[in-house]
This record gives sequence, structure tokens and C-alpha cells, in this order.
Amino acid sequence: MSKDNQVLEEITSKEYEHGWTVNLETDEAPKGLNEDIVRFISAKKGEPEWLLEWRLKAFRAWLRMTEPTWPNVHYPAINYQDIIYYSAPKQKKTANSLDEVDPELLKTFEKLGISLTEQKRLTGVAVDAVLDSVSVATTFKEKLAEMGIIFCSFSEAVKEHPELVKKYLGSVVPMNDNYFAALNSAVFSDGSFCYIPKGVRCPMELSTYFRINAANTGQFERTLIVADEGSYVSYLEGCTAPMRDENQLHAAVVELYALKDAEIKYSTVQNWYPGDKEGKGGIYNFVTKRGLCAGDHSKISWTQVETGSAITWKYPSCILKGDYSSGEFYSVAVTNNYQQADTGTKMVHIGKHTRSRIVSKGISAGKSQNSYRGQVHVLKRAAHARNFSQCDSLLMGDQCGAHTFPYIDIENPTAKVEHEATTSKIGEDQIFYCLQRGIDEEAAVALIVNGYAKEVLNQLPMEFAVEAQKLLALTLEGSVG
Amino acid sequence: MLTIKNLQAKIGDKEILKGINLKVKAGEVHAIMGPNGSGKSTLASVLSGREEYEVTGGEVDFEGKNLLELEPEERAREGIFMAFQYPVEIPGVSTINFMKTALNQIRDHRGQPPLDAVSFLQLMKEKMKLVQIDQSLLNRSLNEGFSGGEKKRNEIFQMAMLEPKLSILDETDSGLDIDALRIVANGVNALRSKNNATIVVTHYQRLLDYIVPDFVHVLYKGRIVKSGGKELALELEAKGYDWIKTEAALAE
Ligand SMILES: Nc1ncnc2c1ncn2[C@@H]1O[C@H](COP(=O)(O)OP(=O)(O)OP(=O)(O)O)[C@@H](O)[C@H]1O
Ligand SMILES: [Mg+2]
Repeated sequence: MSKDNQVLEEITSKEYEHGWTVNLETDEAPKGLNEDIVRFISAKKGEPEWLLEWRLKAFRAWLRMTEPTWPNVHYPAINYQDIIYYSAPKQKKTANSLDEVDPELLKTFEKLGISLTEQKRLTGVAVDAVLDSVSVATTFKEKLAEMGIIFCSFSEAVKEHPELVKKYLGSVVPMNDNYFAALNSAVFSDGSFCYIPKGVRCPMELSTYFRINAANTGQFERTLIVADEGSYVSYLEGCTAPMRDENQLHAAVVELYALKDAEIKYSTVQNWYPGDKEGKGGIYNFVTKRGLCAGDHSKISWTQVETGSAITWKYPSCILKGDYSSGEFYSVAVTNNYQQADTGTKMVHIGKHTRSRIVSKGISAGKSQNSYRGQVHVLKRAAHARNFSQCDSLLMGDQCGAHTFPYIDIENPTAKVEHEATTSKIGEDQIFYCLQRGIDEEAAVALIVNGYAKEVLNQLPMEFAVEAQKLLALTLEGSVG
Repeated sequence: MLTIKNLQAKIGDKEILKGINLKVKAGEVHAIMGPNGSGKSTLASVLSGREEYEVTGGEVDFEGKNLLELEPEERAREGIFMAFQYPVEIPGVSTINFMKTALNQIRDHRGQPPLDAVSFLQLMKEKMKLVQIDQSLLNRSLNEGFSGGEKKRNEIFQMAMLEPKLSILDETDSGLDIDALRIVANGVNALRSKNNATIVVTHYQRLLDYIVPDFVHVLYKGRIVKSGGKELALELEAKGYDWIKTEAALAE
């Protein structure tokens, strides 16, 4: 509880606080996208032939696809030839220890509150730090390796564990799944890889911090997490970007694969630069996240706190293939000023007795648009499937929009599906009640909003719940009164 | 402590308070009675700084400060507390968390450091006893799903926690059963001291049996049309408001 207050006290700065850049020498590909660029990236990373082929296949598929227009978001056409697809901070090869990492780089992450140096590391959290296109450091690697846990950058996984990567890459999100996933598959630069062996409970939070630094670059990272039978892992992803006037594209893919009795908990605190108050600049966040509950009794849980990005297009989903498997989606999406978010989930029930739970809390302020889009699909053989969905929208002011698009598709009569939805406004009455007790308006809004989002915030690992609360309040700064 | 001079206020085009005069000294309890719609809650709202009400005339001095110039949260931090007639619900925020936030902002205003967890808990336990409120209620979302009586009792718990100089209780007795009424009244009495004052808005003499007022005022059509001692409440109970209305009409 003291944390709550600490949070409230810290809400003082008015602007996006991660809006700085650092001067790092970078190694970049020329602007534009063609097969040569795909080859360039693959060569830069010293990839095996099969992976290059996979990328090229994805690229060719992408060429035949068109950008989706169904999301409830609007933006000028993206010129895919005007983007730099590969940018890496120039440093001598991969660092084997932190002593070899460029001190400027370490400083970059220090500034974000993520210390990669041995002494100051968050205890209980292992971090993989990705700047622009490449992973710069992974902490606690050796300690995890003792338990057989693999936690490293994607590039490293390709080199060190090719059999695992080959087996699981694209197994949940096929390379031609959708426009942005195909683009990612062609040009992805790095990301995190994680494998938890049979029966192992990962003793610490694993986390990746993504940071876009270079201008005009797109960020295309790929995360693959495989939880073998009976294992457990909790994973957290965080991200920030500098303030820039132009829009930057971020198209990531995350694949989760849970075998029998395994459990994966994936949390995101998304804080990409949202653009300024007039809607200038900001990240286009087009992300494909999907988990496969492949084995019986497996479980995948997504928790997301979405506060950043100019545009968010993102539907972390679960394919519930194993019998008795279960999927969860907990989401808080906040939009302010001119931000647009179209986010939600898809729960596909294939196995018998599969269960899913959706809790979505949208908060819209300013002139923003916030849409929940969710699908619950119960296939024919999914006897006794159950779903519960709760979709709430909170409006602040009368110039913003909240929309819900729930799709329910039931092919098995034994399914039980419940859907609840509410829309509410932060009431003057609620704020006045707080003011009358001596709580100022900013703290009042923070209190009310965090209360509203509590069920979702409670799902976050302790270490990050405070940060998330702070972010919510910051995002909504100045949106009442 | 509080001096109200010729206070006038309106909402929209509607004039509601038409010249209120009232003086409250430290240590006193004032009861305000009056028919529905006479402006009692409006007076409480204006004193606590609700924006919808526009003050069109008059002055309010609170402990040497011009109250009308202060923001609502500043008034609260200076020691004005209102127990709401209709307390609002705040989902997901427990009373405990709410009180902790409020108390620390008030302390900050006074230049005091935030209360540490242990002292806060101690304070809370002590005040819980005073209004006989259960901790489970305080852990729940503020006022959400509370019964009418629980809401009122929670208001008094908050008052006990914040130890205001001037408390304005707006119909805190309505919705309370007889036992709860006694408990709430005992709580209010226990908090009475020569340094604080209370304004009790009520329709019923019954509450005043427990919280004995020094003065009783009758508010009618935005004016205090009659003031007296605690016997006035008994008279009103016996005779209703008609004679007051007639007197007021004659005076006009
Ligand atoms: N927001 C508002 N908009 C319009 N009229 C209002 C508003 N608030 C109060 N009023 C009017 O002002 C008058 C006084 O209301 P107020 O709530 O102060 O009365 P009261 O004395 O507290 O009554 P009760 O005993 O029923 O609680 C009433 O006629 C009421 O309808
Ligand atoms: Mg009233």
C-alpha cells in the first residue's frame, strides 16, 4: 500500500519520460525492402540456409498480401520502402560478458531504469535487452542454464539451439499468418528465445526490454517461448521509444508453445511513444501474439497494460488444443489525445473441457479511440468448453470513443459462454468525493483508474505492478477538468 | 471557527441559497433542519467547494481564511469534512487505500511525513473500534455494494480517521437502524472536543437525542428562518414545518 502512495507522489512529470535518444554509432541497412534486404539481414546475422529460405518464403507471401483494413484505426498509408529494416548499434560482435558491452549502451538501459550491470540488477528478474534490432545483453544466463533453462537472444538461439528454433519457429504463428506477421517473418532482426525443460519451474521472472533508438527504422522482433511438459515460466516484456515527429513501425511476433501440463504467463507493459498532444509522431504498433496450448492441462495467460503507441493493433490469443487446457487474457488499454487502439483477443477452443477467461478494461480520454475486439470460437469437438468474458470501457470526457466488437462462434452445444460488458464515465461525483477528503485531482484520477483496472493489474508480477500503475496515471495526466 | 455572512448561491439559473448567516464556534454542535429542497445539502456542498454551485454573494471565513477562495481539496486539508448524504462508490479502491491516500495528502499539506504502515494500522484499528466497523468492510471497494447503513457508518469512520476541525454531517442518520444510529452518534460524540465543531443536517429529532446540539437552525427556501436551542427541534417534531412557513411568509 505504501507503494500506491509512492506511485501517486511520483506523478509529477507531464511528458512522455522516455523521449530521449542517445548517440550510438549504428550499422544500418539501406532504406527499403526487397529480397536483397532480406538476404542482407540474414547474412548480417550469419544465419543458416534454412532460415534464409524461410524468410524469403515469408517475404514472397507478404508481397501477395494486403494490409488489413478491418481494424477500427485510421492512419496515412505506410510507405514500406521508406523504412530502414535493420539497424544495430556498432559494437564488436556479440558481447560475451558485460565488460565488452559499449558503456553508452549500458547507459541507455540504465536511463530506462534497467540495470544490466551485475551489482544493480533487479533481483529475481532476468533481463534480455534489445536495442533497435539487436539484443545487447542478457542477464542471469548462467544461473538459469544450470537448471537447463535457455534464455537468450533470438540470434543466439539460432546459433546455439538450431534444432529447437527450427522445430518451433512459425509453429504457432505461421510465416504467412497475416500481413504484419509475414513482414516480421521476412525481416525480423532479433528478440528473445526461451525454453523451459520438462518439469522445471523457472525460479525468476524472465523479461525483455525493447527500445527503439535509431530514426526511420522499423523494429521487428520475434519472441519464442517453449514450455516443455510440466514446466512453468512467467515472462515480461517492456518497451519504450524516443519522441520523434515521424511515425515508426513496430511489427513484432510472439509465439508461445505450452506442452502437456505446462504453464506460461506472459505480461506486457507497452509504453512506446504515443505521439504528441496534437497526434504528431508515435509508434505504429502492429503485433501478432499467439499462444498454443498444445498439451492437455496446459495453460497460457496473457496480461497486457497498453499505454503507449499512436496506433495499437494487437490480439494476444490462445489456441486451446489440449484437453482441459485453459487460456486467459487480462488487458488494460489506455488511450489519450489522438491515440487509437484496436486490441483484444481470440480464444479458440479445440480440446474438450477447455476454459478461457477474458477481462478487458478500456480507458479512453482526450480525442482517442479505443476498441475491444474479441472472438470466442468453440469448435465442434470442444465438448464442455467454457468461456467468461468481461469487457468494460471507461470514458473520460466526451470527445473520445469506446467500442466493443465481440464475436462469438459456437459449434458445440455443450459450450457455456458468458459475456458481460459495461461502459461508464469517471463521475464528477467520484472526483469530488476524493477532493473532499483532501486528495487532489491527479491523485483522484490515478486512484479511480487504478481501482477500475485492479483486476488486471493484480495479474502482473509484483515488480512491475507499481510501474504499470504509474504509467496509467501518467498517460491520463491532464485529461480531466 | 466558521462565519458565514449573507451567503448566496445558485445552480444554473436557480437561486438556492438566498442569504445565509451562521456563526459556528469551536466546541459547538449546530443542527440544521428544514423541509426537503430547502437548501441544506446545497449549503454543505458550497462550504465544501463543489464547483457546480456558483456563489453569487456573501462571505465565508474559516479560521481566518477566506474559505470561498480555496480549492475543495485545500478546504479538506484545512480541516473541513463532509459526510455525504449519498456517498459515491469507487470500484477497486478499498476504504483503507482511500484513507491512506487522503491522510497522507493531508499530512503533506501540514508538512508532516507520510504515516508509516504500522502507525497507520494502529490508527485504523483505534478508529474502527470507535464506530464499530468491521475490517472486512474496509477492505472492500469503497461503498460498492454497501448497505445504506454501512455507507453512513463508513463516512463516520473516515471522519474519525481524518480528525477534521469542522464536520458537516448531511443526513447521516437516514438509513440507519436504531443500533447503528446510537453507534454513529457515540462515534461523533467521542470525537467532539473544544477544538472542533460539527454541523448536523437532519430531519429527525431522534438523532439530536444522541448528538445534543447547542443550536438548532431551520433552513427554509434558502434562508435560516429560525434559530434556537435544542428545544426547537422538539417543537418542530411536534408541530411540523407549517407554522415556520407561515411565519416566514408573514415576514416577507
Ligand atoms: N444540481 C442541481 N440542479 C438543479 N437543481 C438543484 C441541483 N441541486 C439542488 N437543486 C435544487 O436545489 C434545491 C435545494 O436542494 P438541496 O439538495 O440543497 O435540498 P435539501 O434541503 O438538502 O433537501 P433534502 O432534505 O431533500 O435533502 C432543490 O429544489 C433542488 O432540486
Ligand atoms: Mg439534502
